[in-house]
Amino acid sequence: MNLLAFDLPFVPKQASAQAGQVDAIFFAITVLSALLCVLLFVAITYCLIRYRSKSNADRTMSMAGHNLVEVVWSVIPMLIFIGLFIWGAIVYVEARNPPKNALTVYVVGLQWYWDIEHEEGPHEIGELHVPLNQPVRLVMTSQDVIHDFYVPAFRTKMDVVPGKYTEEWFTPIEPGRFRVFCNQYCGTKHGQMTAWIDVMKPQDYQAWLVGAGANTESIVQTGARLFRAHNCSSCHDDNSQVAAPDLHNIYGRQVPLSDGTFVTADDEYLRDSILTPAAQVVAGYKSIMPVYKGQISEPDIMAIIAYIKSLTPTPSASRPTSNQP
Amino acid sequence: MSAATFIEESPTGVEPPRHPKQPDYLHDGYGLKSWLTTHDHKRIGILYLIAITFFFLIGGIAATLMRIELVTPNTDLVTSETYNKLFTLHGVTMVWFFLIPSIPSVLGNFLIPMMIGAKDVAFPRLNLLSWYIFILGGCFTLYSLIAGGVDTGWTFYTPYSTVYSNGHVLAMAAGIFITGFSSIFTGLNFIVTIHTMRAPGMHWFRLPLFVWSMYATSLILVLATPVLAITLALMAVERFTGVGVFNPSMGGDPLLFQHLFWFYSHPAVYIMILPGMGVVSELIACFSRKRIFGYKFVAFASLAIAILGFIVWGHHLFVASQSIYAGLVFSILSFLVSVPSAIKVFNWTATLYKGRIFFHTPMLYALGFIGLFTIGGLSGLALATLAIDMHVHGTYFVIAHFHYIMVGGMLMAYLGGIHFWWPKISGRMYNEKLAQFSAAVIFVGFNLTFFPQFILGYLGMPRRYPAYPPEWQVFHVLSSAGASVLAVGYAIPLCYLIWSFFFGRPAPQNPWNASGLEWTHALSPPIRTNFEEIPIVTKEAYDYPYPETPNRA
Amino acid sequence: MPETAASALAEQFATPGQQEEAATLGIWAFLSTEILFFGGLFLSYGIYRVTYHNGFAEGSRHLYFWIGTINTFVLLTSSLFMALAVHAIQDGNAKRLRAFLLATFVFGATFLGLKLLEYYLDTGDHLVPWYNFQPNEYSHPYAVKMFLFLYFAMTGLHAVHMTVGLTALTYLYIKARKNTYTESYHTPVKVIGLYWHFVDIVWVFLYPMLYLIGK
Repeated sequence: MNLLAFDLPFVPKQASAQAGQVDAIFFAITVLSALLCVLLFVAITYCLIRYRSKSNADRTMSMAGHNLVEVVWSVIPMLIFIGLFIWGAIVYVEARNPPKNALTVYVVGLQWYWDIEHEEGPHEIGELHVPLNQPVRLVMTSQDVIHDFYVPAFRTKMDVVPGKYTEEWFTPIEPGRFRVFCNQYCGTKHGQMTAWIDVMKPQDYQAWLVGAGANTESIVQTGARLFRAHNCSSCHDDNSQVAAPDLHNIYGRQVPLSDGTFVTADDEYLRDSILTPAAQVVAGYKSIMPVYKGQISEPDIMAIIAYIKSLTPTPSASRPTSNQP
Repeated sequence: MSAATFIEESPTGVEPPRHPKQPDYLHDGYGLKSWLTTHDHKRIGILYLIAITFFFLIGGIAATLMRIELVTPNTDLVTSETYNKLFTLHGVTMVWFFLIPSIPSVLGNFLIPMMIGAKDVAFPRLNLLSWYIFILGGCFTLYSLIAGGVDTGWTFYTPYSTVYSNGHVLAMAAGIFITGFSSIFTGLNFIVTIHTMRAPGMHWFRLPLFVWSMYATSLILVLATPVLAITLALMAVERFTGVGVFNPSMGGDPLLFQHLFWFYSHPAVYIMILPGMGVVSELIACFSRKRIFGYKFVAFASLAIAILGFIVWGHHLFVASQSIYAGLVFSILSFLVSVPSAIKVFNWTATLYKGRIFFHTPMLYALGFIGLFTIGGLSGLALATLAIDMHVHGTYFVIAHFHYIMVGGMLMAYLGGIHFWWPKISGRMYNEKLAQFSAAVIFVGFNLTFFPQFILGYLGMPRRYPAYPPEWQVFHVLSSAGASVLAVGYAIPLCYLIWSFFFGRPAPQNPWNASGLEWTHALSPPIRTNFEEIPIVTKEAYDYPYPETPNRA
Repeated sequence: MPETAASALAEQFATPGQQEEAATLGIWAFLSTEILFFGGLFLSYGIYRVTYHNGFAEGSRHLYFWIGTINTFVLLTSSLFMALAVHAIQDGNAKRLRAFLLATFVFGATFLGLKLLEYYLDTGDHLVPWYNFQPNEYSHPYAVKMFLFLYFAMTGLHAVHMTVGLTALTYLYIKARKNTYTESYHTPVKVIGLYWHFVDIVWVFLYPMLYLIGK
């Protein structure tokens, strides 16, 4: 639903499905605010002129307060505010919940550039190619400090936090190149941590994928390679002698832990289990896995998780719980 | 100077003796030592005035350099690194060394005992100690500046501040930590003073609204500042030792820092604006010759703001990976905290109705406050709306919003208050025409500086960028031009107020014919113990007798 | 500080009652500040205790349970003497005031001494997270490290408060020897007593959080 599908002055291009909705609320608040300002300033100006010290205006019946008036001008704004809250909340909740069919792109923020990996293979720095009219979900983390992936034309942003996965999604509705800013202060060259999003028509995007991805492996292939390189396979493979949990068909499932609780095997849990395995050990296994914290870079962890995910054949029904504390 | 400087109407209160037995507080002891060891709340207020003016100049110079840098889209005047240090310096000095102590420590110290009819605050030595703590904290901050600066931003977000920044973070954090105790002790002093030192007959609902707002402010100072102190201490320890609770690579959560930081820093916003609201209530009442409309509502609105202000910090974290549900709760609470602010604005407007309005300089500032605070507050609604915040969070929209509140609101109120009570503080009058002119300059300069930033923000200009896409240059140039007008606007009062302190025309006891005890029962300037004898209060605040009587001028 | 009850009234106050009311309200306001000061640490502890439940329990088992327990009794006893000291001067008994202040001080100092001994033993056990921590010895190294960090931060901050308290007690004792405090004027004793009880109560929370969760 795009309530304001026309260009407004002082408003960036509405290049995502969400942009029009955000602009509509903003437009409504601006009109309401302007109305209130005009009313208030007219009232003040009227009083200032009419009751200036030299005027002989009638000042009888002046009041020092009136309870009903106070209630009226408290309750009416409050009702308007609650209405605005609900409107804004509806759009926000939608903007935080990506649809199932979204294309997943992995984004890692580093001082001071964006490292972007497509599920299909291409790996980009400082530039993100996406197809038109296709929901895109960014799964993001940071290698160092907190960054933020902000696309003004899409009216969306989300912090990119070290130690956890956050996500952000959008459906581009305009082809073209749009600016990306790092919107969380991240150090000396924060002001240069910009990037571009290229929104391409689907056929162009396919052509680009083939060209860009021709001589690279897909993220799953990268993950499989790293899985062997870091010796994960020597314990977690089917024919391994060491007692380690089988990783097939676990993504998105409930996993029993040794302390009797359950946890959903999502991106966040897999990441934690690679980095600090002893924190949440699967029931029935000994805590013998080495700690990989500081051993693997964030993009590599993402690739390994993508590989583990690929061991669960059906499209996963669960999302990473980026909103967990 | 014309006679129109004074509001020449019959006095509203009892005249104290014209020839006091004691010298006024400015002449009760001479020399540096008598000032640096004083226990007199009025002199301590002056000490704060000098100190914060100094820090305001430092913060102002940093802002000026930033605005000059931003005239062009490229990084040319200063390097990125220097730019980062400039905005950190600007933020730290303006927040902790100017705005937070401005009205509370200068006007609050000077006025609260007089307004409630006391000889001094409850703990005068603690009051002086607060000033020394403030100066000590300031020295640490200045040291970190001289030693090479800090580039974390005033928010000190981890893990940048603990692991990655190369600046003198420890010294600056120490400076803020120490200064925090100055705030705590000042707040504590005010709470106890207002509770226990009121003159006979000074009931809670006879207190001037400035005292109510300072009481609400003090509650925040006492209850929020320690959280900042422990947070910065944990941050500094983590930076120093390499272990701590915020580092994600050691199992910590950087978001915990943000929660703790904003648990202080959001209420701190109300530390900065509530005193301003108190001053404006005084000014509007005096220059409308009328009791504030809905006194109790305005008084309780201050407390409501202070209390609600403690539970809205999460709106700084809507896009920081906080949970969606937390976002919803903090959004609705943020809308609700704006209701008491709206109540105040409406009540001030209603006070003007059927008043007798004088346009002296303090009133101009008060009117400017209402206009700019309203715009700032309304833009806050946009930010509290979750969907819009996803777009404008961390952009110039936020910068414009809080500068409308902090500069358009608090600084206007501070200057209005300084002009209003200047005859009491200095015993001298300033040049009214010049003062009115500079108020107008500040108003114009302010809007020119910050209104374009709303537009920039909605276009997507992020904070803390020394460079930007060239298509936005026109707004940055407007903003920088406004900043230079603003700078001139601040320089003029600084000059004529200093001049008037030494050479101004002696002020009468009550030049505005205002109703507070500080005007009706204390001389200009007051004696050391404020009153020859403690007044007995028999009337409501703002007891202006004649809005209904026809004009006698 | 004025020497006698008559001159103990500061200039800004009208009556001794007003002065006492101000001092009492002042210390309560100060203690509320203190609660929030410790609050930041308690919140951090709470969050990570939930996140790293087992790791914190593991860390707790490495602390000296017996020192913590003895110290709890020592500190509670010192608080008892502090309460008796206030009681004594309310009855106007300056001699007993001095005796109880001394007892409070001795128990407080014992607490600090034992705490220092514990730190010394902790260091020998490689429990200092920024100095000689051995991650390989634990099944939850990161959680244990964070627990130990919070252990040192919380008990360290508490020890700083104890030191301030002992200094204040020394001041009270010196003043008490000069017979400054009487039945009608003893506000400083009450005020410092409240502070002392507060520091004691903080420990009452620290003890189970740090020493008992692994049991």
